[in-house]
Amino acid sequence: MSRTRKITREERIKALISGYLMPIATLTMIIGLWEAICRIFEIPVWLLPPPSAIMARLVEFWPLLLCHTYVTFYESILGFFVAVILAIPISIAIAYSRMLQNTIYPILLVFQTVPKVAIAPVIVLWFGLGLESKIVIAFLVSFFVIVVNLTTGFLTVPPELIDIVKLLNAKKTQIFLKIRLPYAMPFFFSGVKSAITLSIVGAVIGEFVASSEGLGYIILAAAPQLDTDIAFAAILMLSAIGLALFATIHVLERAIVPWAFRETR
Amino acid sequence: MVKDVIIVDNVTIEYYGKKSRVLAVKDVWFTVKNREFVSIVGPSGCGKSTILRAISGLILPTKGKIYVHGKLVEGPQPGIGMAFQNPNLLPWRTALKNVLLPIEILGGNVKEYERRALELFELVGLKGFENRYPWELSGGMQQRVSLIRALIHNPEILLLDEPFGALDALTREELNLVLQKLWMAEKKTVLFVTHDISEAVFLADRVIVFKARPGKVIHEEHIDLPRPRTLDMKTSEEFLRYIKSIRKHLGLSYKV
Repeated sequence: MSRTRKITREERIKALISGYLMPIATLTMIIGLWEAICRIFEIPVWLLPPPSAIMARLVEFWPLLLCHTYVTFYESILGFFVAVILAIPISIAIAYSRMLQNTIYPILLVFQTVPKVAIAPVIVLWFGLGLESKIVIAFLVSFFVIVVNLTTGFLTVPPELIDIVKLLNAKKTQIFLKIRLPYAMPFFFSGVKSAITLSIVGAVIGEFVASSEGLGYIILAAAPQLDTDIAFAAILMLSAIGLALFATIHVLERAIVPWAFRETR
Repeated sequence: MVKDVIIVDNVTIEYYGKKSRVLAVKDVWFTVKNREFVSIVGPSGCGKSTILRAISGLILPTKGKIYVHGKLVEGPQPGIGMAFQNPNLLPWRTALKNVLLPIEILGGNVKEYERRALELFELVGLKGFENRYPWELSGGMQQRVSLIRALIHNPEILLLDEPFGALDALTREELNLVLQKLWMAEKKTVLFVTHDISEAVFLADRVIVFKARPGKVIHEEHIDLPRPRTLDMKTSEEFLRYIKSIRKHLGLSYKV
């Protein structure tokens, strides 16, 4: 009767190769190709620095870069956390109030489509040149995507699932805790995953508008002086934050809603 | 003492469709005795599921009254267990945790009921699958889990809304036997909605025949076949006579 069987060692190795080794090999090849093109065609460093030059700068300016990485990390993660903390109760309120569904929810949907980047200069004007304005922008870009996703999760619970507990005279809090909340968790995580990377974009945009620290500031300062290799080193650090944060959320998601991954098992 | 556990007294149910009011069932009257197994058959759109939802208390009749254990139905009550065509299992819970959900909702001692749950798993042939997730189970297995979830809190009445409607013919026959076994072991009053006449006759003490638009009771057939019933009986003359009689009342002659 059993439909599942033990995964063999060969299959596991195959999965490992296609899952990790292949992309890593591809990336290595691309970097190698990049290095080769830079050397063969003698492309000037200010136009396109070779990976070796970027690495050299990364090592050379490591303490400085780390300092600015911390600033950008701090701005984005704080904006992101405030977004999560505010999004959860607001989504619950919308899910349980017909009135809010008809008033605030459509407005949120419209706001989600507004390019928040465009209002960055205004935010800087309102919140000043310091970290606050960057945190606010990081918050804005992540907030809407979380609220919209989570609310969609709460509102799309199949009524048949709710009937199962309604039949037993379940209280509203029971319906929420046993059905709606777990059902909405994968939606929440998909929102949070978009938000975490967007929050870094938000912080950098804020730094581009006006700042005296952060990786966005480094890129903005390095590029006009043709220190393209430093700019690239900063971009590398940005990618590293993004990757680390995304991976953290991904691990959390696997641990909290393993059932949502049933297709990919 | 034989007493009517379910009384459906001249019930009319209307609901609001997209454009107009839809009359689902009109002046429906029937009763179900204690520990009786009653099947309701009828064409799609005859309101048989609507009647079941009304008995469960999930919806209220527009006109007429429904009594369960002599009490007017005004909302859901834990004395009723219900299963649907879709197993509706929660994907984030194992089979066992799904079955124990009603106990959590009713505030019972989950540990205590775990033993009963395991017994029920064994009874329906799912021993060893308790810790599987729903998506790891076949459609027939999911439906068995759904059946024992409806029974876990020991309700006196079991309402089954086309529980085997989405299964293939062979699995359906197998589950008919499982359901008979459950019913004989647990001694519940069962109201079983289906559009499969053979299934209805096979399981029931009595078959209530509905017509559609609006849904109405047009016939009742008492099935006097001995228990436990076997699949062999399905080809017996007696069995076929019941089927013919019900088909006649449904007006199914299939002139091509």
